Amino acid sequence: MSPADRSSGDAAPSSGAVPRPAAARRGSGLALLGSEVSVLFRRVRTVALLAALALIPVLLAVAVRVTADGSEGGGGGPAFLGDITQNGLFVSLTALTVAIPLFLPLTVGVVAGDTIAGEASLGTLRYLLVTPVGRVRLVLVKYAGAALFCLVATLVVVVVGAIAGAALFPVGPVTLLSGQTIGVGDYAGRMLLMALYVTISLLGLSAIGLFASTLTSVPVGAMAATIVLSTVSQIVDALPQLDALDPWLFTHYWLGFADLMRDPVSWGNFADNALLQAGYVAVFGALALGRFTTKDVLS
Amino acid sequence: MTTASDGSPGAALAIETRGLTKSFGRQRAVAEVDLAVPAGSVYGFLGPNGSGKTTTIRMLLGLTSATEGEVRVLGESMPDRSRDVLPRVGALVEGPAFYPFLSGRANLARLDSGDRRAPAATRRARVGAALDRVGLGHAADKKAHAYSLGMKQRLGLAAALLVPRDLLVLDEPSNGLDPQGTREVRGLIRALADEGTTVFVSSHLLAEVEQMCTHIGVMSAGRLLTQGTLDDLRDLGAHRVRLLTPDPERARDVLAGLGLVPDGRAEPAGGPTEARSQQHPPLASPSGPARVEAELPRTGPSPESIVAALVAADVRVRGFEVAGASLEDRFVDLTGEGFDVAG
Repeated sequence: MSPADRSSGDAAPSSGAVPRPAAARRGSGLALLGSEVSVLFRRVRTVALLAALALIPVLLAVAVRVTADGSEGGGGGPAFLGDITQNGLFVSLTALTVAIPLFLPLTVGVVAGDTIAGEASLGTLRYLLVTPVGRVRLVLVKYAGAALFCLVATLVVVVVGAIAGAALFPVGPVTLLSGQTIGVGDYAGRMLLMALYVTISLLGLSAIGLFASTLTSVPVGAMAATIVLSTVSQIVDALPQLDALDPWLFTHYWLGFADLMRDPVSWGNFADNALLQAGYVAVFGALALGRFTTKDVLS
Repeated sequence: MTTASDGSPGAALAIETRGLTKSFGRQRAVAEVDLAVPAGSVYGFLGPNGSGKTTTIRMLLGLTSATEGEVRVLGESMPDRSRDVLPRVGALVEGPAFYPFLSGRANLARLDSGDRRAPAATRRARVGAALDRVGLGHAADKKAHAYSLGMKQRLGLAAALLVPRDLLVLDEPSNGLDPQGTREVRGLIRALADEGTTVFVSSHLLAEVEQMCTHIGVMSAGRLLTQGTLDDLRDLGAHRVRLLTPDPERARDVLAGLGLVPDGRAEPAGGPTEARSQQHPPLASPSGPARVEAELPRTGPSPESIVAALVAADVRVRGFEVAGASLEDRFVDLTGEGFDVAG
């Protein structure tokens, strides 16, 4: 069996079961996205993160329900807390307000920080790249997965909040911040808008996490960096001495979703926030791509 | 001392590098490597741990960029043509790696979904076939974290076999496998080679490479010391005369008379290769024939004339062979040290 007798590289293997799909140059790139989504959401860790988020509105509703019997209107809690006893539909809104400064960034930081670094630490990154998944495609798919997580995480808080509120409190027409009253159906639409607002708010953070994730093969490091950044940004936002920076902070509009509870809806925050987040996604997405496409994968 | 790879000058090269160099800071992990892997060969890429084999493989596959030099894989330049080249290449790089929370089957499906040229319609069937081929069919639905190292190694091989490949790049494929598994992997590689797949397999185990490769390249300290066919490499070394006779003393005298230098004492048969001495009981009992060896220089007498001279001198010749130096001897010559440094 002289090596020269064997077929050259271009010849099809004689006993290959599947003909080489040379004609089908590329399948849909969506298969990888589907795989990414299924790997992400079937992972125990992701489910645990979502379960923790679901606990927020549940705990909130139960706590209010238990204490409401004794004293009405406790005062100093988060926004809308006092309204819950009148209308269970406020549970979602209150839970979002509670979750956005810490718990949502925490979970998003975990998922976004894990995107590339997690694959690197498992060693699966090198196998994805030789499959080959192009580096640009991998970054895009990973970001899409993280963005989908932002949406799902927010929806979990809103939907579980609505269910818990409806189960423990009376439900009825909602009085808006501007004074008008809207029906339950109209309010549901606004809740979805708010979920969208919060999801968009988290996209900039996701891009930061994605970039951090391309810098290391230690996912915990990228997660921690992302979460710390979100906290620092909020602290800077709160310092009056640094007011000049505020419009540029990705956390600046995080609590602005209450504007959607007015009639007519005040879209100012929504638009400003979307623009700001788009800027963060563009900058950190470009950094992530620039870094990852030139990186030596040694893990 | 790079020898012509396989005689036919126009033979296509599955892997070709020119001056391939990778520096990490000041250290040159790979220095000016010129690989020539003929299409259809089973190329053993040998070297001690840390000699730059894996770094070279990473550059071949476009995982890391070369500091200097060119890489051509399957005739195309890498890494700029990796999108077209890599679907035709199956690879096992620096040990298998999987998502521990997914089953073996799901892991393969995940990888396959990343390959745009792999038809989704046949994915399930191809994953099943690859698992069966490496003997993992029964464990396909276990989570990968429950796999032993050997099973992971098999799963890694299965991932390389999801679609028919023109080239397989296997980094230490039998690492962590038991002897049975090692044999199976060797058989698998041979079967793939017979189908026309070029196999580039790295190893630090000489015996393994000797058993399955047609070509060989030796790395040490980042440099490619030599490459060529297995036979080329054997021929480069001195040949030895091995004689089995009950009259060792007389035989030695005859050999010395012919200008050869017989080894000082009659060792029990077995030779320098450890594996062999373990497999075969010593042939020399105190009364039986002994083995006499001598180095045979290229300019020395012909083997026939040696036998004739021995017989003429009434030496009872029970066995006679002329063998190339064992590869192990060649490697010690090349690397100047024990080969498997890192064990």
